[in-house]
Amino acid sequence: MHGTRILDEADRLMTVCNSCRYCEGLCAVFPAMEMRRAFSDGDLNYLANLCHSCGACYVDCQFSPPHEFNVNVPQTLAVARAESYAAYAWPQALSGAFARNGLVISIVAALSMAAFILGFAALNDRSVLFGVHTGPGAFYKLMPHNAMAALFSAAFLYAIFAMTMSVRAFWRDIGTPIGGRADGGSIFQAIRDAGELRYLHGGGVGCYNEDDKPTDRRKLFHHLTFYGFLLCFAATSVATLYHYLLGREAPYPWWDLPVVLGTLGGIGLVVGPIGLFVAKSRRAPELLDETSYGMDVGFIAMLFLTGVTGMLLLLLRETAAMGPLLALHLGAVFALFVTMPYGKFVHGIYRFVALVRYAQERRIEAGS
Amino acid sequence: MGSKYDVLVIGGGNAALCAAIAARRGGASVLVLEGAPKFYRGGNTRHTRNMRCAHDAATEILTGPYIEEEFWEDLLRVTGGQTDEVLARHMIRESKDILNWIVEQGVRWQPSLGGTLSLGRTNSFFLGGGRAMLNALYLTAERLGVDVEYDAEVTDLVIEDGMFLAARLKRPIDGETEIRATSLVAAAGGFEANIEWLKQYWGEAADNFLIRGTPYNRGSILKMLLDKGVQEVGDPTQCHAVAIDARAPKFDGGIITRHDSVVFGIVVNKHSQRFYDEGEDIWPKRYAIWGRLVAAQPDQIAYIIFDSTVVTSFMPTLFPPIAGQTIAELAGKLTLDPVALEKTITEFNAAVRPGTFDHTILDDCVTEGITPPKTHWARKIETPPYLAYPVRPGITFTYLGTRVNKEARMLMADGKPSANMFAAGEIMAGNVLGKGYAAGMGMTIGSVFGRIAGREAAKHARN
Repeated sequence: MHGTRILDEADRLMTVCNSCRYCEGLCAVFPAMEMRRAFSDGDLNYLANLCHSCGACYVDCQFSPPHEFNVNVPQTLAVARAESYAAYAWPQALSGAFARNGLVISIVAALSMAAFILGFAALNDRSVLFGVHTGPGAFYKLMPHNAMAALFSAAFLYAIFAMTMSVRAFWRDIGTPIGGRADGGSIFQAIRDAGELRYLHGGGVGCYNEDDKPTDRRKLFHHLTFYGFLLCFAATSVATLYHYLLGREAPYPWWDLPVVLGTLGGIGLVVGPIGLFVAKSRRAPELLDETSYGMDVGFIAMLFLTGVTGMLLLLLRETAAMGPLLALHLGAVFALFVTMPYGKFVHGIYRFVALVRYAQERRIEAGS
Repeated sequence: MGSKYDVLVIGGGNAALCAAIAARRGGASVLVLEGAPKFYRGGNTRHTRNMRCAHDAATEILTGPYIEEEFWEDLLRVTGGQTDEVLARHMIRESKDILNWIVEQGVRWQPSLGGTLSLGRTNSFFLGGGRAMLNALYLTAERLGVDVEYDAEVTDLVIEDGMFLAARLKRPIDGETEIRATSLVAAAGGFEANIEWLKQYWGEAADNFLIRGTPYNRGSILKMLLDKGVQEVGDPTQCHAVAIDARAPKFDGGIITRHDSVVFGIVVNKHSQRFYDEGEDIWPKRYAIWGRLVAAQPDQIAYIIFDSTVVTSFMPTLFPPIAGQTIAELAGKLTLDPVALEKTITEFNAAVRPGTFDHTILDDCVTEGITPPKTHWARKIETPPYLAYPVRPGITFTYLGTRVNKEARMLMADGKPSANMFAAGEIMAGNVLGKGYAAGMGMTIGSVFGRIAGREAAKHARN
């Protein structure tokens, strides 16, 4: 017996699946399952996070509902995955943030954006907030660069710290021996597997979302979102280097590296989340974890909001809308950062760690 | 009056879909009538995982060549010669091309599954298993314009002088209708789920059989064809039957209820008596005889008994083993006579000779002085907890069928070929399989004869 109902169900399913194994060519979950004959909580959380929800094992399963064996691996592991985020959250006092995550994210985002608008309005007079500012340092007329850097660094570092603590707990739970380290080869393998979403592929046939036809495009939209996010992060990083190393202040001209990176990333962050949202809303209910709908959509919305406000800021930065848009954009980014450890963002972290573990297990197995 | 098709395919599994696709590619209009609801479509195909095809060289997924002659020798051995050589050799030759043809229909292969290494050279596995294979065939058929109806119960066939005219169909909503077609492909499987029919040959024992596939494999089309003058082939008591867990559901437990532990222990009946050499040959060559062996025991029940030293030697099982710290405790849980079981195990242990255990070869661990002997892998059962799986006969499919020729054309009772009726899959498996089985052959029969039947049915319809 496990700690939760969903882990009991995941255990039951893995016992069924381990006596069948027809799906072992579809993804990493089933080969990892085959390395075990019994499943601890950590094992099940590992398998849950290894699952990319491609849906192929549901469509291919002769025992999926209405069969009496009632095998629904994607949905069960989706619920277990969502519950694992709360189980490994740091500090544990905030694990409740996952329960009504959509609401939490919305409130944090609204408060954050309101704080920036009110802050700008309180610290600057109306002519500054709604003024037209151009040329180097235009943004910092509204908020001094050092204040901006300090605030966002603090938020970012907190997120990194909280997620590091969570990953430690997860790794201890799924790893043997406890406290064992990941090797470089396994990490490199996991970077490749995550980077190409190797297991969001139905074993080569394609993924399933709305019906039993492998027509799913989530992989494409996820790539747009993920690489869009990375490009935006790169844009900010380059701009920070410009600021401190070269003494060049934002805003930069459209052809300059931070803006090019940010524009490309912004497009990804607008198109990708829309595609993912449409896919989510069409997803067959039997594959969907309805309880984490709020968390999923909340995260998609935050990414979309970040992308859209960033793109609008770029387009309208030489107009009177710049001040309010900057406040909205900073508010969105700030909310994204502070909610990172307590929302869907962590799926990428845990899945990556699970992929490292999987690569490591495969190496050990091949070597033995 | 209903609509008219060039080719009517009755059935919805591998053979039926291969026939439908081949007929459609041959230019015919095709209707597939599947008696089961959509989820349960495909009969036993949904539980399969591989196909045995001849090939002259290793492929991406097959570890070495498996030439026609070797396939033929394997077939000859498992059937004890009870096969139609012309038909069987034709099937084996055609199977070589099926390896590629089936991929062109959207099916994907993968290397043999974990725990099935002994099949890695001879058998090609479906990526995602049999239901994935079926899904691919249905998608292809629908894309090509094949019409498919589910829950389509055929109530009668109109046949005159060996010529198919129409099928009567009971639809769940519209009621009775008649469908005419120029050719018929019957690919509706055996009668394994029809307990009443099984009882005609097995008596009350059939009540204790478990059926590994869906409850829809009732053999109604087979019965209609035999009643209307199609020549019968095969022994009605012959079937593919394995020993499966007695706790499995009556129908559709599929592959996961099987047990691979026989060679690691002993098997006793309800009187705690052993009844067959558990170590006769390596398991992949013997698993398919244990269904019949258990069927011949009183109450059609047996118990695989082993000890804690071998639990990780075979695939994990769906149902956990029943455990006891002593033989007597185990016997109590199995409702066996403790004295009798202890006696059987004590005698067995005393008969075990020293040897070097290796389950991958025919090793030298044997018994001496007991009947039946255990001729390989005999080791003492002496380390508690003592463990057991109760098993019953699990019927996969029956071999009684319609006789066909190389064109998959049905032969009538007088020996004349039918003008327009073809058969493929389990409904005619008895032409090739008089008895016995080798893994993956059912799918070979289905794909090869399905494709031939579809091709010939389309040819007839176009002429």
